[in-house]
Amino acid sequence: MQRTTWLWLLVGLVGYCLVPWYMTEGGFWRFGWLSGIAADADTGAGIWLAFLHGRLYLGAPLPVLAGVAAALLLLADPLRRARAIVALSAAGLGLVMLQGFAVGMNGPRFLTGLFGALGGAEGQAGFGAGATLTLFSLLFMLTTSLSAAGRSTGDAFVTGLIGLIVALVALFVFFPVSTVLVNAFRAPQGGLSLGHFLSEFFSADLWGLSCLTFTDQCGPAINSVLLATMTGATTTLLGLAFALIFTRTNFRAKKLLRLLTVIPIITPPFVIGLALILLFGRTGTVTAIVSYLFDVPKTRWIYGFGGVYLAQVLSFTPIAFLVLIGVVEGISPSMEEASQTLDADAWQTFRRVSFPLMRPGLANAFLLGFIESLADFGNPLVLGGGNYNVLSTEIYFSIVGTIADPSRTAVLSIALLSLTLGAFLLQRRWVGKKSYATVTGKADSGRHAALSRGVKIAAYATALPWAAFTAVVYSMIAFGSVVKLWGYDNTFTLAHYIRAFGIKHTAHGWRFKGVAWDSYFTTLQIATIAAPLTALVGLGTAYLLVRQRFWGKEAFEFSTMLSFAIPGTVIGVSYILAFNFPPIELTGTSIILIIVFVFRNMPVGVRGGIAAMSQLDKSLDEASITLGANSFTTVRRVIRPLMGPAILAALTYSFVRAITSVSAVIFLVSAKHNMATSFIVGRVENGEFGIAIAYSAVLIFTMLAAIVLLQLLVGKRTLRRTDRVAGAP
Amino acid sequence: MNESTRGSVVFREVVKKYGQVTALKCLNLSIEPGRLVTLLGPSGCGKTTTLRLIAGLEAATSGAILIGGEDVTHLSATYRKVSMVFQSYALFPHMSVLENVAYGLTVKNMPRREAHEKAEAGLELVGLKGFGARLPSELSGGQQQRVAVARAIVLEPEVLLLDEPLSNLDAKLRRHVREEIRQIQQDLGLTAVYVTHDQEEAMAVSDRIIVMKNAEIAQEGSPRDLYERPGSAFIADFIGDANLVDCEVLAAGEGESEIALAGARLTLPTGAPGTGAAKLVLRPHQIRLSREKIAGGFEGVVSYGAYLGNQTQYTIDSALGELFVVTGETGQPIATGSNVWIGFEPGEARLVSA
Repeated sequence: MQRTTWLWLLVGLVGYCLVPWYMTEGGFWRFGWLSGIAADADTGAGIWLAFLHGRLYLGAPLPVLAGVAAALLLLADPLRRARAIVALSAAGLGLVMLQGFAVGMNGPRFLTGLFGALGGAEGQAGFGAGATLTLFSLLFMLTTSLSAAGRSTGDAFVTGLIGLIVALVALFVFFPVSTVLVNAFRAPQGGLSLGHFLSEFFSADLWGLSCLTFTDQCGPAINSVLLATMTGATTTLLGLAFALIFTRTNFRAKKLLRLLTVIPIITPPFVIGLALILLFGRTGTVTAIVSYLFDVPKTRWIYGFGGVYLAQVLSFTPIAFLVLIGVVEGISPSMEEASQTLDADAWQTFRRVSFPLMRPGLANAFLLGFIESLADFGNPLVLGGGNYNVLSTEIYFSIVGTIADPSRTAVLSIALLSLTLGAFLLQRRWVGKKSYATVTGKADSGRHAALSRGVKIAAYATALPWAAFTAVVYSMIAFGSVVKLWGYDNTFTLAHYIRAFGIKHTAHGWRFKGVAWDSYFTTLQIATIAAPLTALVGLGTAYLLVRQRFWGKEAFEFSTMLSFAIPGTVIGVSYILAFNFPPIELTGTSIILIIVFVFRNMPVGVRGGIAAMSQLDKSLDEASITLGANSFTTVRRVIRPLMGPAILAALTYSFVRAITSVSAVIFLVSAKHNMATSFIVGRVENGEFGIAIAYSAVLIFTMLAAIVLLQLLVGKRTLRRTDRVAGAP
Repeated sequence: MNESTRGSVVFREVVKKYGQVTALKCLNLSIEPGRLVTLLGPSGCGKTTTLRLIAGLEAATSGAILIGGEDVTHLSATYRKVSMVFQSYALFPHMSVLENVAYGLTVKNMPRREAHEKAEAGLELVGLKGFGARLPSELSGGQQQRVAVARAIVLEPEVLLLDEPLSNLDAKLRRHVREEIRQIQQDLGLTAVYVTHDQEEAMAVSDRIIVMKNAEIAQEGSPRDLYERPGSAFIADFIGDANLVDCEVLAAGEGESEIALAGARLTLPTGAPGTGAAKLVLRPHQIRLSREKIAGGFEGVVSYGAYLGNQTQYTIDSALGELFVVTGETGQPIATGSNVWIGFEPGEARLVSA
């Protein structure tokens, strides 16, 4: 315990005395700051700035770090020592954060008199490496000593993990979202006003119902709700048809159906929209054929509700399918067998037993589709056109449009957030409790009842045409990328690929000449960094939730799950609003992109981790602990090896999501750090469909390759073990 | 550390609460070194909580816990010199048997070779020499159980904790393994704390039994103490079968008491908890059945009889209430519905408070 505290104290001293407190211009890794560590006001370390440059408000860490050292040296009683360090480091954390938020770029923002007197009048830049190290040191001295002082069974590793994850979630989920709230209440004339917020929030602009009487457009909020309801209902129906075919019939091509569940995961969200334009746009194939055969004028109907709806149903049916496979399989065959022994026929069994048991699962699938539709940004952006707006696109245009209006953006974000959160809470509180899942630990040897003829025909009639349609849509991606100009000049060409990914041999060696290379490499790099971090944070959180007890755990669990329901657009907006100014100034860096991926994709890691860890007997950990291992060793030697598949899933998912996501990213990219998806959206906005589709196809193949590679890397260990089991006598 | 206190366990006014629920009310406990002590009780009585408090897997709400004379109340499980055998064995499925047994040694940075040598010795001690290369899943339940014991004892713990170690074994194996555990414990002179809800198992292995009920100790003592001198109706019923018959104590003296039982007055050569309503403890095998009248006996009717080979069990409706009687007399069964006479030795009966 003491050794760990000394170590963190050392880190804190380095951060406070030797490393620049603020963000440095030339970047940290160039080490240009080394020369000015004591003298320079921009690249100086905290202690010198405080006591040589008159920025006394940076002085707090000195007495705190000195106090911790004194406590370590002078206090012999471990309990008193721990309590003293807890108090000191908590105070230190509080003071450093307080000064960070109080002194803005142009001087104190609150407590003006105090911080003015302490030398804060000229303002300060955002936290840099020195401040970060100091804060980490204080945080971990706090958690280490808490575990020594408290009555909890957790050791330093566990309390440290709790402290770290709570701090990160607070900083990168709660702080940005609350910034959105504050902005929504900001009145045009300055100050915060509830009246202003309410009038904006409930304006007819937002909630207009004129489209119901066909007189005008509805407000974006109403558009969103209508679209989400339709999408949720349709995807649930289609998903059920697929699930029934998959689990209850002898359908031959089940493997192909499985593929249907994987492909959408690796498809960037707007790609389906693009493919639909190739089919149904003004120059689309289907439009041309229909117009030729029936002599109807070509219209732009795809740009609007119809197109977005179609694209969303295509995109989200697989999610409903996945959920409903579980639901349909979860119904215990013995219930259906019981019904049949009571002389019910197949249709009666389905209608009176199986279907009622599926109902909560269906509601769940509907709400998931509803939330996904609300949060979807890519398809409405590509297909919405100018005159059909939903909340997520409206948010985007209100901040990147001609007049940036942070207050309106914030109000729109809150409207969207309250809709998704409402649906999410409904799903958790109501549907979650009413589940009839009959999966028990006991092996159930019965067989599922076959479908009655009518249900079977209905399922086939719904699902198979849709599957065919999906196949056509996806094949458009392949075709669209090798055609010169779709609908006008249908000659075969590789020009799009060459323009995007051309490589040229010059006197200086190979050069990546294609326009897409920059964003492609940035995307890969950021996804590669973000994926392991996401898996780490997600599985770490899952470990705490499943295996540890601590104060405030329920709230902690709820908040990590809540972040699942925050739409990407809202996250993007909140990051812009929160991290554009000191103390945490991250916009325009690649760090903010990594962070946004980590916290956006974390909930999936958490869910996967919880599911996997719940299946590991808790006494395995306890056995390891009582055998003298600490929590860290236990995680390393017992839990991690047994969690292989969950780690793989978390890695794959976060890697793929970092590549495909567009909603949050589009707000946060910069000229220097552009991502593939926002590059493609840019091409689409310029009408360069060929190159956009070619790029999308390359992305899909990249992700397939990555998934296979990860399977090989992480899967190896598990394979070897299986071999050993099989080979033993 | 004092050699004489090595392996002792002391609880001083330990309280454990989970939110509003009290799992342990002010527990005082002292376990002598080298003894096998059993915590016995129905589920939810706090026996497992007590064990986990010793292990350090739970933190006490208040009070102090001493192991080997040292205060370990705030010491986490990692650093306590105790090992535990889990109900589910908790063998690490991804490690071989040898790696499992050596685990506790290697996490303490013992060189791999030395750890494996010690682990081999541990396996030999439990009779599993040569099984080291297998995976736990390739062993039978009884073998897995012994691996779990070996893994715990190679660390030479001050205290060995066993949490219902036999509950996953079938009945025949259970008797065999419990003898082995007792043998190893005595050979190594280990202090062991053993949790079970099976009173027969507790009687068979323990030096001392602590019976718990409703988050506190109901009674403690040697197996014989508990069986022959139960302090309450609960103990009498829990340790072995017992018929509890309502009676009234008229006079309670030193080693002698006078009671009123079903209208008759009896003098018993045993103490009583006090005058007034009480319960008479009659073990099923202490009751004598006879077709002829017994002097000082009671009348009854056989309502059910079951022949079990080595004994016969009867249920008797009598003036004393419904009685469960076991007799070794299997030659001439008494038919259901017959009238019988019931008698017992006053010297064998015990009185407990109602």
